[in-house]
Amino acid sequence: MSGNMNLTLKVWRQKNAGDKGGFVTYKAEQISPDMSFLEMLDVVNEGLVKKGEDPIYFDHDCREGICGMCSLYINGRAHGPKRAITTCQLHMRSFKDGETITIEPWRAAAFPVIKDLAVDRSSFDRIQQAGGYVSVNTGGVPDANTIPIPKVIADEAFNSATCIQCGACVAACKNASAMLFVSAKISQLALLPQGQAERYQRVQAMVAQMDAEGFGNCTNTGACEVECPKEISLTNIARMNRDYFTSKFLKEE
Amino acid sequence: MILDSKIPEGSLAEKWSKHKFNLKLVNPANKRKYTIIVVGTGLAGASAAASLAELGYNVKAFCFQDSSRRAHSIAAQGGINAAKNYRNDGDSVQRLFYDTIKGGDYRAREGNVYRLAEVSVNIIDQCVAQGVPFAREYGGLLDTRSFGGAQVSRTFYAKGQTGQQLLLGAYSVLSRQINEGKVTMYDRHEMLDLVVVDGKAQGIVTRNLVSGELETHAGHAVLLCTGGYGNVFYLSTNAMGCNTTAIWRAHKKGAFFGNPCYTQIHPTCIPVTGDHQSKLTLMSESLRNDGRVWVPKTKEMSARLRKGELKAKDIKEEDRDYFLERKYPSFGNLVPRDVASRNAKEAVDDGRGVGSSGVAVFLDFADAIKRLGKDTIEAKYGNLFDMYYQITDENPYEQPMRIYPAVHYTMGGLWVDYNLQTTIPGLFALGECNFSDHGANRLGASALMQGLADGYFVIPATVGDYLANIGPKPVDENHPAFAETKKEVEDRITKFLSLKGTKTVDEYHRELGKIMWEYCGMARTEEGLIKAKGLIHELKEEFWKNVIVVGKNEELNQSLEKAGRVADFIELGELMVDDALHRKESCGGHFRVESQTEEGEAKRDDENFAYVAAWQYAGDNQPEVLHKENLVFENVKLTQRSYK
Repeated sequence: MSGNMNLTLKVWRQKNAGDKGGFVTYKAEQISPDMSFLEMLDVVNEGLVKKGEDPIYFDHDCREGICGMCSLYINGRAHGPKRAITTCQLHMRSFKDGETITIEPWRAAAFPVIKDLAVDRSSFDRIQQAGGYVSVNTGGVPDANTIPIPKVIADEAFNSATCIQCGACVAACKNASAMLFVSAKISQLALLPQGQAERYQRVQAMVAQMDAEGFGNCTNTGACEVECPKEISLTNIARMNRDYFTSKFLKEE
Repeated sequence: MILDSKIPEGSLAEKWSKHKFNLKLVNPANKRKYTIIVVGTGLAGASAAASLAELGYNVKAFCFQDSSRRAHSIAAQGGINAAKNYRNDGDSVQRLFYDTIKGGDYRAREGNVYRLAEVSVNIIDQCVAQGVPFAREYGGLLDTRSFGGAQVSRTFYAKGQTGQQLLLGAYSVLSRQINEGKVTMYDRHEMLDLVVVDGKAQGIVTRNLVSGELETHAGHAVLLCTGGYGNVFYLSTNAMGCNTTAIWRAHKKGAFFGNPCYTQIHPTCIPVTGDHQSKLTLMSESLRNDGRVWVPKTKEMSARLRKGELKAKDIKEEDRDYFLERKYPSFGNLVPRDVASRNAKEAVDDGRGVGSSGVAVFLDFADAIKRLGKDTIEAKYGNLFDMYYQITDENPYEQPMRIYPAVHYTMGGLWVDYNLQTTIPGLFALGECNFSDHGANRLGASALMQGLADGYFVIPATVGDYLANIGPKPVDENHPAFAETKKEVEDRITKFLSLKGTKTVDEYHRELGKIMWEYCGMARTEEGLIKAKGLIHELKEEFWKNVIVVGKNEELNQSLEKAGRVADFIELGELMVDDALHRKESCGGHFRVESQTEEGEAKRDDENFAYVAAWQYAGDNQPEVLHKENLVFENVKLTQRSYK
C-alpha cells in the first residue's frame, strides 16, 4: 500500500437550477488510497462544514454500485477512469499523488442541474411510466413454473435488466441520447414471454416519451457502452430499433 | 394498556384465510374516495402503493431518493425464500414456518410467521408475471439455492442482485399506477413528522429536499415502509440515507417500538480499512454455499499472516481451523447469521484474526473452484467477486476473501398487530420498519420475502378493514393538528440552523456508532450497557449545543438533513440500550454475555423473556414505559437452538 496523497480538485459548484455555476478549486489532503472517491469528497466536505461553508452536494446512497444514484463526471468520463464501475466503487488508488481532478455533473438538456454535482433524472422515471412494465395486477397470476423460459433467454433478459438507471450513457454521449437505457428496459421485457402482449405498444410509448424529454439521437458512437457501469450492450439498441420499426410499419394500431 | 396482537383463532393453516374472510371490505365504488399515504418505496412501499392503487384507492407515495427505484431494497444480493418445494427436497409451508421461528430464536409470533410462509409462494408467481428475470435451469424452470438456517434449497435468486430485480418489478407496477394517475409520486421528499387527529393517523409533514418547502399531506391511513435503523451504528451495510426519522417521529407521536435491541450483524462483510470508512459492503450469504470460513489454528501463524510474512495459501490444511464446520457439522458454513458472526468475533478476540488489522476471517473458495471450476463459480458469484476486487484490490479467485461481521438489518421496529397496524389507529408499518416476523434473528433471504408479503398480500386486505370502519369522509386538512405539527417541524429546523458549534454532524454520528458497536453490538454486558447509556446521554447534550449546521432551509441542504436524522438516531440509541439492558437473556442477535450455555451459545430464558418488549414514549428525558406482549407457542416446542 502506498502512502497518502495530496490532490487538487476542480469542482463544479452551482447553487441551484437557476444559477450559472462555475468551477471552484479545493485541496484534498492526506487522502488514503483505500478511500473510495466519495469518501475523499466526504473528507473535503467535513473540512468545508467546519469552516461554515456549504459542502459540495453530490448524489449518492447505497455506495455499493447498485442504486444508481451517484453520478459524477470525473476528468471527462462518466463515473471516472475505470470501466464497469460506478463512482462509489472508484477508489483513490486509481489516482496519483499531486494529480488535479476535475469533477462535473452529468451534462444533458434532459438532466437539468439541481445543485452542484446533482442533476434531475426524473425524465428516466417518466420514460418508465410510459410503458416499462407488464400490465399485471397483484393476485391471480399463474404458478411461476408454468412459464418455462430457456436459460439463454432468461440470462439475456437478466443482462439487460442489470441497468441501474444512473444516466452515465446519456452523460457519455455527444448527443445526450438515452437509447442505451431505454433499449435495455425495452429489451428485458421484449425477450421474455411475459412481455409479449404489450411488446410493440411498449416500444412506441417509451420511445415517444424519450423523444418528448429532449434526449438526442443515437449515432452509433458507442461511448455509452464503454462508460456503462453495468456493461449494457449496444445490441439492446439494435433490438429496440428493430422492434420500433416493426411496430411502426406492421403493428401500429 | 393491554397489547392485542389480534392473532385470529383457529389452527395455524386456517388463520389467515379465516381472518381475510372476517375483514370488512370497501365497496369498489367507494375505494376512490380514500387516499392512502405510503412513505418509502422499497419492496414493501412500492408493492403496497401499486397494489392499493390497482384496487382503486388513491395513493400518495414518498421517497427521499431522486427516484423510487433507488430505495435500499435495491442492494439486497442473495435471494428470496419461498416454500415452493420445486426441488422435491422436503420443503413445505410448515417447514419454512418452522425454520423461521427457530431461526428467530422463538421470539416471533407463530401466526405472523405462518402467514409469511404461506404467502411466500404467491410472491414468486407475482414477480415472475411482472418479468423479474430469476435464475433458471436449462429446462427453463426456476433455479434455487441454499441459505443459512435451512436444510432445503428454497432461495430464488437473480445472480447477486435479487433485490434490484425484485424492486424493479415493484417499481414497474408502481410506474404503471403513476401513469394511470392512481399514484402521485413525491421523490426527494422526506417525512419529518406524523399528523395525528383525534388519536388517528391522518397525515404527514414532509420537506421537499430540493426547495426546503414544508408540506402537509392528508390521508385516511398512513403506511410507513421506511426500512431499518442499522445506521444508528454509523457503519453498516445500509445505504447512506437510511434513517429512523419516520418511525422515530411516529414513535414519539404514540406508536410503540418493538424489540429495539434486536439487531442483525451479518457475518460476511468486507472489513473496515480506516477512519474514513463511510459504509460497509456486504458479501452475500449465498457465498457460504461454496466458500469455507477459516482462520489459522494458532495465534503465532495469524500474527505472521498479519505482518505479511505468510500468505493464506502457505498455511497447510492441517494448520487451518474451519471453525464453523468443526463446531456445527450438520449446518457447517450455513449456520444462521448470528451464530456465524459470533464465531468470527470469537476467533478474532482469540487473536487468530487475519488481514493487516487482524479483524477479519477468511472465506475461501479454493476448494469450490477445484471442484466446480472457475467458470461455474464466476457464473454464480461473478459480480460479488468483482465488487470485492474493486474495494480491496485483491483477487478472490486467487486468494481467500477477508470478511468480518457488520450491522446489516434490524429485526426491531414499530410494534404492529396481525393487521400491521401500530398502536396509533390508521398508522401501519410494513417491511423492515416493523418488528413483526423475524423474532430475534432474521434468516437470510427472508427480508425480501417479508417486504413483498406485507406490501403485495397483507396490507391490501387489512387496510381495507380499517378504512371500511372509519368511512370515506374526506380528511380535513384544515384541522389545526396539521398546522401545529408543521409548526413543530419548522421550530426544530430553526433550532438546528441556529447551531453553530465546532463539530460536524458526521463526527457525532461516528461517535454514536462507536458507542453502539462497542457496547450494544455483537456481545452485550450489563456493565457495558450502563456505561453506554451515560455516554449517549452526554453525546446528546453535547450535540444540541455544539453541532454545526450550515446553510438555510430553503435550499438543498445536506447538513440540515443529516442533523435531523442523527438527532433521532441518538434518541433511538438510548432506547436500544435500555431494551438490551432489560432483556437479561441471550436470544438470536441479542447476545448477553451473562447468559450463555457451557458451549458459549446464546442461552434463552423462556420463563422470563418469552415476550415482545413494546416501548411507549413518555416525554423528553423521561424513561420509556415497557409493555409486554406475551408470545404464545401452540405449535412449536421451544428448545435451545442447535445447529450442531
